[in-house]
Amino acid sequence: MATTTPMGTPRTGETPASDAFEIVPVRHWGRWISAVAAVAALAGLVGSLAKNGNLHWDVVGHYLFAGLIFDGLATTLWLTVAAMTLGLVLGTLVAVMRLSDDPVLYGLSSLFVWLFRGTPLLVQIIFWGYAGALYQHVMVGIPFTGVTFFQADTNTLLTPAVAALLALGLNEAAYASEIVRAGIRSVDTGQTEAAHSLGMRPALTMRRIVLPQAMRVIIPPLGNETINMLKMTALVSVIAAHDLMSNIQDVYGQNYQVIPMLVVASLWYLALVSVLSVPQAWLERRYGRGTARGAAVSPLRRLCAGSLTALRSRTQKEAGR
Amino acid sequence: MNAPMVHAEGVRKHFGKLQVLKGIDLTVERGQVCCLLGPSGSGKSTFLRCINHLEKIDGGRLSVDGEPVGHRPQGTRLHELREREVAARRRDIGMVFQRFNLFPHMTALENVMEAPVKVAGAARDQARDEARALLDQVGLADREGHYPAELSGGQQQRVAIARALAMKPKLMLFDEPTSALDPELVGDVLDVMRRLADDGMTMVVVTHEIGFAREVGDLAVFMDEGVVVESGDPRRVLAAPEQERTRAFLSKVL
Ligand SMILES: Nc1ncnc2c1ncn2[C@@H]1O[C@H](COP(=O)(O)OP(=O)(O)OP(=O)(O)O)[C@@H](O)[C@H]1O
Ligand SMILES: [Mg+2]
Repeated sequence: MATTTPMGTPRTGETPASDAFEIVPVRHWGRWISAVAAVAALAGLVGSLAKNGNLHWDVVGHYLFAGLIFDGLATTLWLTVAAMTLGLVLGTLVAVMRLSDDPVLYGLSSLFVWLFRGTPLLVQIIFWGYAGALYQHVMVGIPFTGVTFFQADTNTLLTPAVAALLALGLNEAAYASEIVRAGIRSVDTGQTEAAHSLGMRPALTMRRIVLPQAMRVIIPPLGNETINMLKMTALVSVIAAHDLMSNIQDVYGQNYQVIPMLVVASLWYLALVSVLSVPQAWLERRYGRGTARGAAVSPLRRLCAGSLTALRSRTQKEAGR
Repeated sequence: MNAPMVHAEGVRKHFGKLQVLKGIDLTVERGQVCCLLGPSGSGKSTFLRCINHLEKIDGGRLSVDGEPVGHRPQGTRLHELREREVAARRRDIGMVFQRFNLFPHMTALENVMEAPVKVAGAARDQARDEARALLDQVGLADREGHYPAELSGGQQQRVAIARALAMKPKLMLFDEPTSALDPELVGDVLDVMRRLADDGMTMVVVTHEIGFAREVGDLAVFMDEGVVVESGDPRRVLAAPEQERTRAFLSKVL
């Protein structure tokens, strides 16, 4: 590097070589000041929460890693994963049906979305939870003929866990289908035409060409849906499905420590949501292949990027001297 | 069988009330290069897309290599083809688009390999070797790992040609393959097409490149408002057009 001559001052009167200039990045003084202010405010808030006796931190500490809470956590987790999987698979199917030329497929899928998006989730959960009271038996057969292939007691089939999974998964499918449909429609029709002109059939075109490209549009809102789902599983406490929230309620029903127990719940939901952002970032990077050339930066990196690049360029400069 | 590669008789097509093709007659023999010329909106792209059934024709007859497009003749009836059968027919017809339409989530090599592996059921290793040879043929052997976004327009179009060739088509359709390119990149693509024509490929090319039509074309077809106004040997049609509309168009493009 050139020695640090005063910037832009030509040494001998003619234009200097381009490497004679030192490039000074913009200094973001405002960012540093606001960062200090924000940290101070947060520290004050945390301090006051920590000193507040009404929050009973001893109770929080006692239950944070209790066995009952872990059981609930496990239920919440598998319920989230299973309901999202069901919702996504079924939602993709519904989305493809809604984009189909076939009036029967279109009608059925529209009806599904209309019904499951149009009624409150809480009602759907209660419906599945108490379906046994509506229908004592589940039967598969040919209507009006008395021919049955399969018959079972509703309550043995629809355990609270299964009811919770069905309610959450079907509801999610209705929402996911709209997200997937928007994703599919965001892909240029030229892609489909190119695939068709190569002899690819519609199903193969969808699987190999359209859906992978739609993923870029689909993943961010699906991340949202997953986070929502994690917290919506709390609703299944009304049918005693023993998720995290059900167990928390059981505890404060006995010891009346409502606020500390809700703090325990919130801390765990926060922790789970934080963990979920990792696979999302990974998926976004994977499906961004070929499109976002430099955009594959993890969120943590971006948070630190501003200050880090400033520091790095400074230390490099110092080393260069 | 010695049927012409493309044979059109009174082909009609409309979008809603708009009559886009009003009876196209055209015959392209095996090994011929047919250049479609004409003003914007005259129906060139629509006709080209009818040939591989991306658009359905409303009337007339259209056949490729003796087989009616989109139909299977049986006795006196024409049965409409199912999607599976349409797809099978399209395997033999390569198409190159104005806007390339490469698959952006796949590298150049993966773009070329996709159809041979997934449609024709070729073994991956063999498909990869053949794809490499094709990329080499279009002068892009060193770009196989690049995604389309990392290639210039001219390079993308050459990958698109290689991708279409990978299915070993008997007929190639080009819809203004060089119109979206910077002038200095047009030559590379035209060179590839010229070599393809020299190798005996039957081609139907919608183009505004009059020079290409004159040098490479065996047949020039001038279309306007959904009809063929004039057709014949490019050297004659382009040098001494008989019709007033052809003359007016040529004076604008040249
Ligand atoms: N899918 C469609 N729906 C409705 N109208 C269409 C459709 N495709 C084409 N058209 C109309 O058909 C006419 C012919 O279009 P076409 O694309 O075949 O023209 P072209 O000769 O290829 O023109 P250009 O040189 O601009 O590409 C135009 O008026 C166009 O607006
Ligand atoms: Mg066109």
